[in-house]
Amino acid sequence: MTEREPDMMPEAEVEAETPETQYRASFSLKTKDAAGTGADAAVPAKVTARDVCVFYGKKQALFNVNLDVAQHRVTALIGPSGCGKSTFLRCINRMNDTIDGCRVQGEVRLDGVDVNQKNIDVVQLRSRIGMVFQKPNPFPKSIYENVAYGPRIHGLAANGRELDEIVEQSLRRAGLFDEVHDRLHSPGTSLSGGQQQRLCIARAIAISPELILMDEPCSSLDPIATAKIEELIDELRSRFTIVIVTHNMQQAARVSQYTAFFHLGHLVEFGSTEYIFTNPTEERTQDYITGRFG
Amino acid sequence: MSLPGASAALPWQLSDTATRRVRRRKRANVRFQVYGIGAIVIGLAILAILLATVIGKGTGAFVQTRITLDVAFNEKIIDPDGSRDPVKLGQADYAALLKEAVAASFPAVTARQDKRDLQKLFSGDARYELRDMVVNDPSIIGTTRSVSLLAASDTDIFAKGSMARDIAEGDRRLTDKQIAWIDELVAKNALETNFNWSFFTNADSRAPESAGIGGALIGSFYTLLITLAVCFPIGMMAAVYLEEFAPKNRLTDLIEVNINNLAAVPSIIFGLLGLAIFIQAFHLPRSAPLVGGLTLALMILPTIIVVTRAALKAVPPSIREAAYGVGASPIQVVTHHVLPLAVPGIATGTIIGMARALGETAPLLIIGMVAFIVDFPGGPTDAATVLPVQIFLWADSPERGFEEKTAAGIMVLLAFLILMNAIAIYLRKRFEVRW
Ligand SMILES: Nc1ncnc2c1ncn2[C@@H]1O[C@H](COP(=O)(O)OP(=O)(O)OP(=O)(O)O)[C@@H](O)[C@H]1O
Ligand SMILES: [Mg+2]
Repeated sequence: MTEREPDMMPEAEVEAETPETQYRASFSLKTKDAAGTGADAAVPAKVTARDVCVFYGKKQALFNVNLDVAQHRVTALIGPSGCGKSTFLRCINRMNDTIDGCRVQGEVRLDGVDVNQKNIDVVQLRSRIGMVFQKPNPFPKSIYENVAYGPRIHGLAANGRELDEIVEQSLRRAGLFDEVHDRLHSPGTSLSGGQQQRLCIARAIAISPELILMDEPCSSLDPIATAKIEELIDELRSRFTIVIVTHNMQQAARVSQYTAFFHLGHLVEFGSTEYIFTNPTEERTQDYITGRFG
Repeated sequence: MSLPGASAALPWQLSDTATRRVRRRKRANVRFQVYGIGAIVIGLAILAILLATVIGKGTGAFVQTRITLDVAFNEKIIDPDGSRDPVKLGQADYAALLKEAVAASFPAVTARQDKRDLQKLFSGDARYELRDMVVNDPSIIGTTRSVSLLAASDTDIFAKGSMARDIAEGDRRLTDKQIAWIDELVAKNALETNFNWSFFTNADSRAPESAGIGGALIGSFYTLLITLAVCFPIGMMAAVYLEEFAPKNRLTDLIEVNINNLAAVPSIIFGLLGLAIFIQAFHLPRSAPLVGGLTLALMILPTIIVVTRAALKAVPPSIREAAYGVGASPIQVVTHHVLPLAVPGIATGTIIGMARALGETAPLLIIGMVAFIVDFPGGPTDAATVLPVQIFLWADSPERGFEEKTAAGIMVLLAFLILMNAIAIYLRKRFEVRW
């Protein structure tokens, strides 16, 4: 976020160069620049990250990242391996807490509330955020139990019937119900990889989160399963806000409305997907998207 | 289909040195296999010899020789005043009763010494069998019954064919006359051998023929119960805390290294520790399963911690992440997901640890569980002995009859160890979760 073409961001010149204004400038400007997406600029931000730095021990993995995640939109994080996409994603639901020696600086706000605040209960925070991991990781329990676990520990169902309903609805939304409705009590690990990943998505949406974080959800799936999940993401967008990490440029282009390009721990460029893919400012973005490095 | 250019000059025509190299390599291969198979064969042979000797020596102890005798329950001896008072019945002179019955069966034996030798064919405990019969059913007083009585150890050994009759009289424990009497009994069909239940139901005894392993079994049971009750919860909590909650810093590293070292400390040192702490500092009773169990718990604790941690570590981190991801608290992650998945590993490790505790002798010798104990322990604070110590005591006894008891004790101990390990293997196989 350091060098910018001056003609692309008149507002940045007007305002003082605080990280905050820098960010706002880039966000609104680049969004507008993409043809026909002017309306999106008015979308409220679900998550706002300001000056986020992450350290693993002495090693710094993220450098002053400023990023807004728009509500009810899909934001894609792209970038070469090891550039800190997963690390950023994990800052949002504080999964980095579980890693020894990991330190997060800066502020990440969910609906305006700093998630790193002392009085924030991390369990409650995570119950508002669903997460889908790179490798399908269903619990070695039944399909039903996999989905029912979250609602149960958060007390979202008053009785068994309600729980059944939540499970069915979540599986339906994840596009899995028809395939598994007759074997809800067989182990979740007995499903195929793509089905397992959809089960994990069902598990994530069963706790009615406001935000879903997906870390390369399709990396272990075949094109058909991938297509299904992409379709699903598009549907889920109406109810949830989604942040997705992907290595697949086409996928980012297909499913997301906003794209952020990370490189070596820096957020290089962020804007509407159309903008990033058709007319990026940064040469590195251009090179990465066209496959010249990565 | 051949590749272009692949023709006569293929590298398959090896040069002389290459051929030699290949041959040498193959020979080395064969040699290696022979060594490997040889090592296994030697190992199996040693195991087979061990088992064969133990079983060969020990099976005799599971069979017991008894002599059938007509016994006249003479009221004059048992209950001269006719009161049928159980206390008096219990104190009567059953040795005299036995003597009378023996004399009646062998009217030809008259000399004093011969009579005494004849008595010696019967176990010294035979009189207690008579006593128990009378106390249990006083109505037999005054009648004559055919009673099967325990034979003496020497009679037993002879009847099982373990004593040669054609060696010089002075070199064997039975005299020629005694052997003749035994032959007479055999001819009368009065000598029988049957399964020795009392080996499992009796406690230790000075007389080999009535010594049993039951007391030691109960002692071992109480000891292991204490060991399990102490080291399982402590070991499990320590392992869960260290593995799942403790921060990784120099202190926890130090603790980890020390736990691993403790697991390798010789067991006798734990015995000394137990002696110093439980007996000298806390004045707990000596020779009691309570102290034995606590001492063994000290010894097994590091093992349990190490095994539990390994089982917890084997649970893939993706499961933890998944659980954290849906908003489970750290304790929920552990109790709902990690622990259930680690249970087979923990159970296996615990059983193997308990098997080690069952076979342990040295620390128990130090805390005084070597006492000769004829009573069944009624609880963990009563004096008791345990299986391996019982074997040790029998092996130390000079009487020939204890030889087979020793081997039989080893068989029982081995059977328990094999059983425990089999359960461990079964649990591991049965509940193994695949990801
Ligand atoms: N647990 C960890 N401990 C130490 N360093 C880590 C840890 N996790 C990630 N890193 C480092 O942080 C940097 C960013 O990692 P991150 O996983 O966020 O990359 P990524 O963009 O998700 O890469 P990929 O596309 O390969 O998943 C990398 O250099 C990585 O080596
Ligand atoms: Mg990643």
